[in-house]
Amino acid sequence: MPAFDEMHGFGQGVRSAYRTIQAWLDSSDPENLKRLQKEAEFLFRRIGITFAVYGDAEAEERIIPFDIVPRVLTGSEWATLSKGLTQRVTALNRFLADVYGAGEIIRAGIVPADLVYQNPAFRPEMVGLKLPHDVYVQIAGIDIIRTDDKDFYVLEDNARTPSGVSYMLENRDVQMRLFPDLFAETRIQPVENYPDELLASLRSLAPASAPAEPTVVLMTPGPLNSAYYEHSFLADKLGVELVEGRDLFVLDEVVYMRTTRGPKRVDVIYRRIDDDFLDPMVFRPDSVLGIPGLISAYRAGNVTLANAVGTGVADDKAIYTYMPEIVRFYLGEEPILKNVPTWRCREPDCLRYVLDHLPELVVKEVQGSGGYGMLVGPKSTKEQIEAFRAKLIADPDGFIAQPTLALSTSPTFVGDGVAPRHIDLRPFVLTGADKVRIVPGGLTRVALKEGSLVVNSSQGGGTKDTWIIADPADGAPPPDGQSQSQSQAGG
Amino acid sequence: MLSRHADSLYWLARYVERAENTARLIEAATRLSATPITAEGGRNEWEMAVDGTGTLDLFHQQHAEATQRTVIDYLAFSHANPSSIRNCLDVARANARSVRTALTMDMWETINSGWMETRGVNSPNLTRQELSDFLSRVKELSLRFDGSAYRTMLRNDAYYFLRLGTFIERADFTARVLALKADVLDPNRPSVGGSSDYFQWSWILRSVSALTSYHWVYRDNLKPNLVAEFLILRAEMPRSLVSCYENVTLNLDSLSRDYGRQGASQRKARMLLSQLQDTTLPGLFAIGLKEFLERFILDNANLGNAIAEQYLG
Repeated sequence: MPAFDEMHGFGQGVRSAYRTIQAWLDSSDPENLKRLQKEAEFLFRRIGITFAVYGDAEAEERIIPFDIVPRVLTGSEWATLSKGLTQRVTALNRFLADVYGAGEIIRAGIVPADLVYQNPAFRPEMVGLKLPHDVYVQIAGIDIIRTDDKDFYVLEDNARTPSGVSYMLENRDVQMRLFPDLFAETRIQPVENYPDELLASLRSLAPASAPAEPTVVLMTPGPLNSAYYEHSFLADKLGVELVEGRDLFVLDEVVYMRTTRGPKRVDVIYRRIDDDFLDPMVFRPDSVLGIPGLISAYRAGNVTLANAVGTGVADDKAIYTYMPEIVRFYLGEEPILKNVPTWRCREPDCLRYVLDHLPELVVKEVQGSGGYGMLVGPKSTKEQIEAFRAKLIADPDGFIAQPTLALSTSPTFVGDGVAPRHIDLRPFVLTGADKVRIVPGGLTRVALKEGSLVVNSSQGGGTKDTWIIADPADGAPPPDGQSQSQSQAGG
Repeated sequence: MLSRHADSLYWLARYVERAENTARLIEAATRLSATPITAEGGRNEWEMAVDGTGTLDLFHQQHAEATQRTVIDYLAFSHANPSSIRNCLDVARANARSVRTALTMDMWETINSGWMETRGVNSPNLTRQELSDFLSRVKELSLRFDGSAYRTMLRNDAYYFLRLGTFIERADFTARVLALKADVLDPNRPSVGGSSDYFQWSWILRSVSALTSYHWVYRDNLKPNLVAEFLILRAEMPRSLVSCYENVTLNLDSLSRDYGRQGASQRKARMLLSQLQDTTLPGLFAIGLKEFLERFILDNANLGNAIAEQYLG
């Protein structure tokens, strides 16, 4: 069966959300599109929007391909999605406060104790620590897919240091620069207020001991990190210092940065560096990226880390399978976003089924990310499958398996024309003291290779601008600004 | 601001300025090599160009002979010369990248696109035209960088640190070029006569792109003592030592005003400036031009260290 196409559905004409895009594509000269596609690439390179691929010394800096055909969702689709995202991230935060606190969900027998306490991402340092407003995941990136026009599925929760938001912002910028006319015809919800929303969230969670105007910094591992461009881009938009570990030090359980005026107290650290490297006195002693004593200041309640330490225990693929129960347990609500059906290979029945059906399944490492270490059964050779089978039998706890989903496709400019390519969507969900904020949009990733289901940038994926437009049918003006006033469910 | 960022800005400006200066040195040498005059003492114009960057020893560790080919390769493209144009641009961009948040978009795009455009140019077998294009692009990069900083940056500490880098580097370069030719500028020296001297003096002015402005200021032929006066004591000449130090002092004063605190670098800079302002042309030659310049180069480097200690550590 062909995949659901965001523009054509299952082939019954053009869906309303895509009418503008269809008209635009129909009236555009392919040569002109080709030229603009090249120009987009030039713009990205000139601005320096690059990323590094680990283990690829030749291409120290690459750009993620940008596709000029936007991906479109209607206001009502977005309303459902944003409600579901708020629900999901609220539950994630409740879960983290629980597992580092009373552990009720474990005592209730809903999530197995060993999945939590034996989890490599579980941080004993966090036990019993009270965080401002119990917020652990200030910034979440939730990967969403769909296979028809009814349901949204969560493919993965990213609760550690999700990246990609700079592409959401830059894609919009480049799209507007190259196709101003498109934006004149369609009213698209803006995303440019993301940095303001982020800063408001971060400031609202400053420690109680911080001054009224808390100092926020963005911490990066440095220019060699693959996402360094994003770090500097965000620091700039936020108007905060971009610091490395060596710029910070801890004195009497307070964090300071070295400035040209002398030491300055730091209250909130938006860190884009993994737990392991934060503090050599607590985590990896060989890390030179971190700040000795940081965790002591954190535990003393003198600094906020965003995201908190130890959030990885919630976005692990084994915990993922329990997310529907987690939502129900804490919120007493039915999950709005669906989970992809998943076999837990740690359970013998599941493992047997998975081993019998490897050629049709996608098998992922519980701890893996970035599209590495996974098997896409239907796209693999016999040898690859057998090699994977051995890995799986050796360590069933380390894997989960899912059916190979026909991710929806979206029209994409490839070579000489437009063709459908599989996509996903990563919206960014901000949690502050007062509320959850989601700018309408996100990062749409697209698998540029024909038939490929892997959208990761490290594996040949590209990105698209993501539009949330007013529902075209009713002809009403779109809602002002960022308010998500539409509430009818479905799409 | 972060000390590390201030340090990156300061060195970013120094390396951009150095790249431009080196480009001018190569252009001046190319021009001199097209004249029928050879310098005295067996030193050719190419060796002089290397000496202008203060790295003659390093050059001779790598090349036996200073020829057009070896010198252009060394000054423009060599990775073994930390001050080659290529290395200057690499370091400048790496610094710009680590301090992007303190740069405006225009400044970053200037550095990044200039770096991309010139990184492919590499061969020592460039045609004259290709070399000249390359050097023009380097100068253009520096001019655009300077201009975009001037036009788009907030006037705060980031700007002051950037400017300090520019003027300290510029003062160093002017002093070195003059020191190289201190002997031919000495009015007491017996003239070789003829056009040889003229080409030497004009080489100096060209290296700091001051030949035309010399004529505007003096409305006279080139005279060695006036060349020295122009590049050391005339405040209206933007590459003169006194002008560089007016700017160094200005930017250090702005910093101390913003920070509400003065330190060793402010005191040192003011002292150097008032020394320059109190110096007269006869006084200069009484001390000895070469001695004066060598002293200045040292004092200038010491001020750089004082700035680093006070702010960049």
